[in-house]
Amino acid sequence: MSAKKLVLYGTLLALTIAAPFLFPNFKTQLATLWLMIIVALSWDMTGGQMGYNSLGNIFFYGTGMYVAAVVTIGIVYDVGEYTQASGGGIYVWTWGQYFAGMALGTLAAGLFCALCAFLIGWITFGLRGPYFAIGTLGVAIAAGELVSNWEWVGGGQGISMPNYPGDFDQFKLVIYYLYAVLGVILFMFVAWLYQTRFGAAINAIRDDEGKAEAMGIHTLRYKLITWAMSAFFVGAAGAISAFQLIHFEPLETAYQTINLGIFMVVCVLLGGKGTLWGPVVGAVMFQVFKEATWNYFLGWQWVALGALIVVVVVFFQDGFMGWLRYKRPEWFGIRVESKDAATEGAS
Amino acid sequence: MSAIIEVSGVSKSFGGVKANADISMTVAEGGITGLIGPNGSGKTTLFNSIVGYHPIDAGSIRFRSQEISRMLVPEIARLGLLRTFQQTRIYGAMNCVENMLISIPHRKLSLMDAFGRNTAEDHERALHMLEFVGLYEKRFLQSGSLSFGQQKLLEFAMALMNEPTVLLLDEPTAGINPTLINGLIDRLQRANSEFGITLFIIEHNMRVIMNMADKIYCLAHGQMLAEGRPDEIQDDQRVIDAYLGAH
Ligand SMILES: Nc1ncnc2c1ncn2[C@@H]1O[C@H](COP(=O)(O)OP(=O)(O)OP(=O)(O)O)[C@@H](O)[C@H]1O
Ligand SMILES: [Mg+2]
Repeated sequence: MSAKKLVLYGTLLALTIAAPFLFPNFKTQLATLWLMIIVALSWDMTGGQMGYNSLGNIFFYGTGMYVAAVVTIGIVYDVGEYTQASGGGIYVWTWGQYFAGMALGTLAAGLFCALCAFLIGWITFGLRGPYFAIGTLGVAIAAGELVSNWEWVGGGQGISMPNYPGDFDQFKLVIYYLYAVLGVILFMFVAWLYQTRFGAAINAIRDDEGKAEAMGIHTLRYKLITWAMSAFFVGAAGAISAFQLIHFEPLETAYQTINLGIFMVVCVLLGGKGTLWGPVVGAVMFQVFKEATWNYFLGWQWVALGALIVVVVVFFQDGFMGWLRYKRPEWFGIRVESKDAATEGAS
Repeated sequence: MSAIIEVSGVSKSFGGVKANADISMTVAEGGITGLIGPNGSGKTTLFNSIVGYHPIDAGSIRFRSQEISRMLVPEIARLGLLRTFQQTRIYGAMNCVENMLISIPHRKLSLMDAFGRNTAEDHERALHMLEFVGLYEKRFLQSGSLSFGQQKLLEFAMALMNEPTVLLLDEPTAGINPTLINGLIDRLQRANSEFGITLFIIEHNMRVIMNMADKIYCLAHGQMLAEGRPDEIQDDQRVIDAYLGAH
């Protein structure tokens, strides 16, 4: 890594750690920013890097929430009885139980969602283009309906997580750092992944899947693994959200296909599909825009958001990073000259 | 020389069009086999049948005595039976080196290997192959911006990078500048002799195929019209008639 990069990454990391202290009144917004970064980066693994545009990744978010809830409640109480009481009974969690639930619940959420991605992918990866998008959306919608009729997990009323055993301000801090750690791990993970042969293979699938098949690349295997990895992070993020929100409902919150389910795609389009930094930059832009419109244009915020989506899709299809690549190709290692660089040959 | 591919009694129709009718032929291991025939005679269809692009209506296709006619494209490719496309398919958004690196033989990689980076040896081989087809100077150019002929050469280099056992080439010299064709013939022959790759080539350029092939098959109207050594085919009246359209 070059010195320049080291300084950049160091600064960003320091900022990440210091952010909730620099902006103590914005802890929740900062936490949401990291959530957006996580879901955008995971969406781009399949959408941008592999060419499979899923509209159903919200399925993993919602499922992650429920898995976390069931695990956290289940290790201390009977889940059925707990949801039956719907807040009426007296249920308390010790510090140990709370954090054990958090650790196990988040891990279980990630793993369970990865498994789901494998199974769903087995069926839906036969679909291409818009059919894949709609097929995965269908899965998310159906799951929301199913869960809202499942009384054991609270049905349409939703389910409540335990309250944080400490004070509220500290709770916000804990949630922020959980998202941030997950986000940083995810970023480092994909930065590594896209450098591997695996990363090149999923790019090949995106650019010409038929050719990749004809060259003997294990296309189905690679697609399943990629989606499972992506689902792991979305599921884990969902688990953190479950703890953050304390109470959540299946349709409005967990399987919210039109809000977060679409926002994650918008973030990636804003920042630039199929690039390492695009989803991160896009998530920041989106979050700033959203906070601004929700605060200053209340009543018109959805119109503004819709307008933003239209402008991006029509005029900036390659997003911010695409625009930057066009303006500054040399930053991206694109050489127009061909006869240079005998020395760079075996880079 | 023993047969590495055995096609027997293969038929394939598209709606009313009998693209291949009861075709039988063999590709000799280690050799160069040619396939000629007028436009629309069913050459590409036969290639597609062999590599699993579509199910065949009847017959059997065997690779090293193993029945492959019901296998899928990636499975057959992983046996080391590779093809290039008549229309040329490369990853246009990537540069030449990236195209080469994607073409490393994934069938030989374990999942652990796949999660590793390309080795210095991979890079070296990629550059060596690009040099071999004469694209070394263009290695950092976006491959989609290459000319059609250059893209053909790149696709050929990608196929070599994949270390196939048998390579099916669909019109490798189409679109290649006539002055470069001799060089390409030389490279194809070296791929055969130096890398030990069995070649099966569809070609319209008679000079090219007569020069290279040990054995030539000629298709017309989806049927096997003639087979034999180049000199036999060259003098075969049926072949001459087919090409002159007297049929
Ligand atoms: N996928 C398909 N669907 C319908 N018809 C097809 C299909 N593929 C080939 N055909 C038909 O089968 C016949 C043989 O086509 P094929 O592409 O095999 O010819 P070819 O010998 O490769 O010709 P050329 O020299 O022009 O490449 C043609 O009549 C063609 O229209
Ligand atoms: Mg053809």
